[in-house]
Amino acid sequence: MIIETVGLKKTFSSRKGDVEAVRGVDLAVEEGEIFGFLGPNGAGKTTTLRMLATLLEPSGGTATIAGADLRKQPGDVRARIGYVAQGGGTWDEVSAREELVYQGRLHGINRTECKARAEHAIKAFQLEEFADRKTKTYSGGQRRRLDIALSLMHKPQLVFLDEPTTGLDPQSRAHMWGEVRRLRDEGMTVFITTHYLDEADALCDRIAIIDHGQIVVTGGTDELKRQVSGDVVNIGVLAHDLAAAEALVKEESYVREAETTASGLRLYVEDGSAALPHLLRLLDSKAIPLSSIELHRPSLDDVFLRQTGRSLREGENA
Amino acid sequence: MKLLRDTWLVFARQMALLLRNPVWVIVGIMQPLYFLYLFGPLLTKALQAQLPPGAPESAAYQFFIPGLLIQLAMFGSMFVGFALVAELRQGVIERMRVTPVSRLALLLGRSGRDIVMLIFQSLVIVLLALPLGLKVEIGNLALALALLALIGLLMSSFSYAIALILRSEDALAPLLNTISMPIWLLSGILLPMTFAPGWLSTISKFIPFKWAADAARQLFAGNPGDPVVWKGLLFVAIPTLLCVVWASRKFAKSVR
Repeated sequence: MIIETVGLKKTFSSRKGDVEAVRGVDLAVEEGEIFGFLGPNGAGKTTTLRMLATLLEPSGGTATIAGADLRKQPGDVRARIGYVAQGGGTWDEVSAREELVYQGRLHGINRTECKARAEHAIKAFQLEEFADRKTKTYSGGQRRRLDIALSLMHKPQLVFLDEPTTGLDPQSRAHMWGEVRRLRDEGMTVFITTHYLDEADALCDRIAIIDHGQIVVTGGTDELKRQVSGDVVNIGVLAHDLAAAEALVKEESYVREAETTASGLRLYVEDGSAALPHLLRLLDSKAIPLSSIELHRPSLDDVFLRQTGRSLREGENA
Repeated sequence: MKLLRDTWLVFARQMALLLRNPVWVIVGIMQPLYFLYLFGPLLTKALQAQLPPGAPESAAYQFFIPGLLIQLAMFGSMFVGFALVAELRQGVIERMRVTPVSRLALLLGRSGRDIVMLIFQSLVIVLLALPLGLKVEIGNLALALALLALIGLLMSSFSYAIALILRSEDALAPLLNTISMPIWLLSGILLPMTFAPGWLSTISKFIPFKWAADAARQLFAGNPGDPVVWKGLLFVAIPTLLCVVWASRKFAKSVR
């Protein structure tokens, strides 16, 4: 486990009384995975992340990060992690190349090595075009790429990305997903917070969902969605075949539930990709013609809905 | 060793940022020049009346310039917190906090930049005041500059600590102005506190800058052995140490 927390807590004291932002979070992140940390705004995502990145002192609980104790060895944790804040962190008047070298220097790396690593990072993150311009001239996507490149200058084992695609256009967002996958393929562990469900779905190997300062669910994205209601298969059949088709599929053990719709049947099955060929063969054997067949996987929003009784999307709009 | 290296790193970046925007250096030098050329002639005439008859006009500058330098040290460094608020907003402080860089260096590197700027401005003023009749020995000047550097460290670390707590220009400006006015008036920078009625003089004894101004005047007068010199250094050094500890703790801990 590259991150392991037990009962991690954070209470903020103010004149109005104590606010329990994080109330006992247990996390276990494995080496080499992209771990997504989801939750509505104000759920405790960023507070947890800031604790893990040594920026906030926990009020309770323990955490081990990359083999170092968060409370006792924060210096060792800092040397082994990279961190990218939501808003980034670069001086306006400085170029990407200068920032990269400087970041390496802050980590105690010598100047020659820093220059070489900066050169490499500029190529790897495609910063060549603007590497010697001041960062204030950069677009959102360019800036974000620099932020990530900065966090990797000391070759950390683990990198924390706080909502890395918020505010990016679709193209930059896709580019960013590619970068994150590349990091994982290079053996790094990526801990990412997001409130975009499609992002977590597309990018993350495993996720944890936090709500009201507590983890409500954790697991692999596919596994979690399967737990919700299985996969959904929509079958289009002619009206006079409908009753026969329904009776037929209900006999099958992998079909949990079947209901009729305007154009045919909707089936809830355990594993859609395994069920699909079976269903096709079955209906074909009884000579029931299909006008369409479609597999739909439940989204992470369904997972959140089932765990909290609320939709994550609603929370986002509120 | 690591502290020195880290302080140098922070300092070098801050100096580079300052030199990329030299307009701030110019702004910083203009105010003392106004005092020197627009207020100096007035004050020297007023002080002349207090001096023994026949004393040269330069004697008044001998009193006025050390006070002006102390004032420069106080106010030049008092408002540096504004730049830090901007850096907090840019996220660079947070980014540096996640590196193993020394927290004390985050403070000392910045204060170092402020002190270098202060010493530069002070030397400009001293050089410009020489033709007006100012006299000072090089050793005494060096000691006076050390005193100024100490004040610069005190005021800048105070300003940074407050900036890290308040995190907003809107809150910082009124607070610093409220604090700076009475300290300025009670330091006897413009006029000697010997003019003050007893109660005012008593209060001013608790203001380290009053001692600093007296010490600087004795140094410019060529009396480094006067007890007010070591007292001035000591009474500035104590709050400086406290403020450095306080501010570096603020750098170490995130408030938000």
